[in-house]
Amino acid sequence: MTAILQVETVTRTVDARGSFCPGPLMELIRAIRESQVGDVIAVRSTDKGSKLDIPKWVEKAGHRLVSLDAREGYDEIVVQKLR
Amino acid sequence: MDRIVILGGGVGGTLTANLLARRLGDRIARGEVDITLIDAQGAHVYQPGFMYIAMGGEREERLSRPERSLLDAPINLIVDTAVRIDEAARTIVLASGAILPYDYLVLATGSRIVPEEIPFFTQEARHFYTGKAALELRHALDAFAGGRVVIGIASMPYKCPPAPLEVSFLIEAELRERGLREKSEVHFCSPIGRAFTIESVSEVATPILEQKGIELHTFFNVEAIDPERKVILSLEGEELGYDLLILVPPHRGQQFLIDSGLAPAPGGWLPTDRHTLQVGGRPNVFALGDATDLPLSKAGSTAHFEAPVVVEGIIAGLEGRAPSGKHASYEGRVMCFFEVGDGKGTLLRFDYEHPPKPPKPNALWHLGKIVFNKTYFHTVPRGRV
Repeated sequence: MTAILQVETVTRTVDARGSFCPGPLMELIRAIRESQVGDVIAVRSTDKGSKLDIPKWVEKAGHRLVSLDAREGYDEIVVQKLR
Repeated sequence: MDRIVILGGGVGGTLTANLLARRLGDRIARGEVDITLIDAQGAHVYQPGFMYIAMGGEREERLSRPERSLLDAPINLIVDTAVRIDEAARTIVLASGAILPYDYLVLATGSRIVPEEIPFFTQEARHFYTGKAALELRHALDAFAGGRVVIGIASMPYKCPPAPLEVSFLIEAELRERGLREKSEVHFCSPIGRAFTIESVSEVATPILEQKGIELHTFFNVEAIDPERKVILSLEGEELGYDLLILVPPHRGQQFLIDSGLAPAPGGWLPTDRHTLQVGGRPNVFALGDATDLPLSKAGSTAHFEAPVVVEGIIAGLEGRAPSGKHASYEGRVMCFFEVGDGKGTLLRFDYEHPPKPPKPNALWHLGKIVFNKTYFHTVPRGRV
């Protein structure tokens, strides 16, 4: 069986490190609203809640969670706008 | 002569101008430096007061002062609108046709509201982001005899993240005082999965919402209004009916910054370094306040704490050295009062590294906000706090 690797190119990176108010999820919502369907957005967050909050919102809002990775000192969450 | 031009007479622009004038007084007197501030209205408006026009008997005329009266004497004030920045020529083109050269440029151009971006917003929704709109909300509340009040947020980012939650608390308290609470429902639509973005604040606010019987709708980003059915629709695919609709309107940066190639469309927020506050790596162009794309509260206090860093950055540039001292770098400092209704409030203080730890709401912080509002014109823009 051949694995199909789907590589997404990040359209926009949102550096929300150190953001408590409005916070990384709000920054992602802003970026999603300013983007086109199909765009891929990477959010960088130092808020420990983001890796739970963001996937929850992405599912509810009908977008796609591409990846979630722990980097040095922050998390990077990549989301594709689907609608 | 080094020419410093500041666009915008809000908190950030006014305070930057005054702090620069104080640190560069001798050089201005010797004709080595010139500071000019350009403001479209020539008036400085205390925008946090708008909410109190709707909710607390405030009057619009008390929220404004002539910009000239707040600026130190050596600062030139031009009342005109910037229409274009020509980076190659290092000039600003004004609506009057005048062209102004600069060596250092400070963009304190704020945000603007664009309710017209959401169809039926103007017809159906009330808000409190201008004096006129806040007065209209006051009239709508006066005429309200019971029903369903819905408070929501129509776009990101917006000024003063706690404001919609504060308004929910204040309206609920008012309905109780007027004997309308039994005949009314109050709904608060949060864009995220809890009542407020800061978890510790959410933990304070959620029991208050429950105690006041305010229904919390999470993950509800208002996307559209259906005036026929009197419902709002969310980005997440849900809908909610209303009798009185209060919506934070969409905000944008200034169009001329997009047209001049300094800020990307459609938002118009300036790409700003989180520590130096320089715009897009330009050593002589700085931004502060609402105009930036930083992931911080669009609030006066953000501009207040950014201004000394912009000032140090410019003076370091003039002197051909690296910024130094306690204002060498901006560390994300913000401070806001937060009203919870019934004469109580709390205080949010944080920076990039330290989350807020709000004290339990009490009367002191509510009074703190009132005193701050009353004394604002004598303190913040003049650099006295």
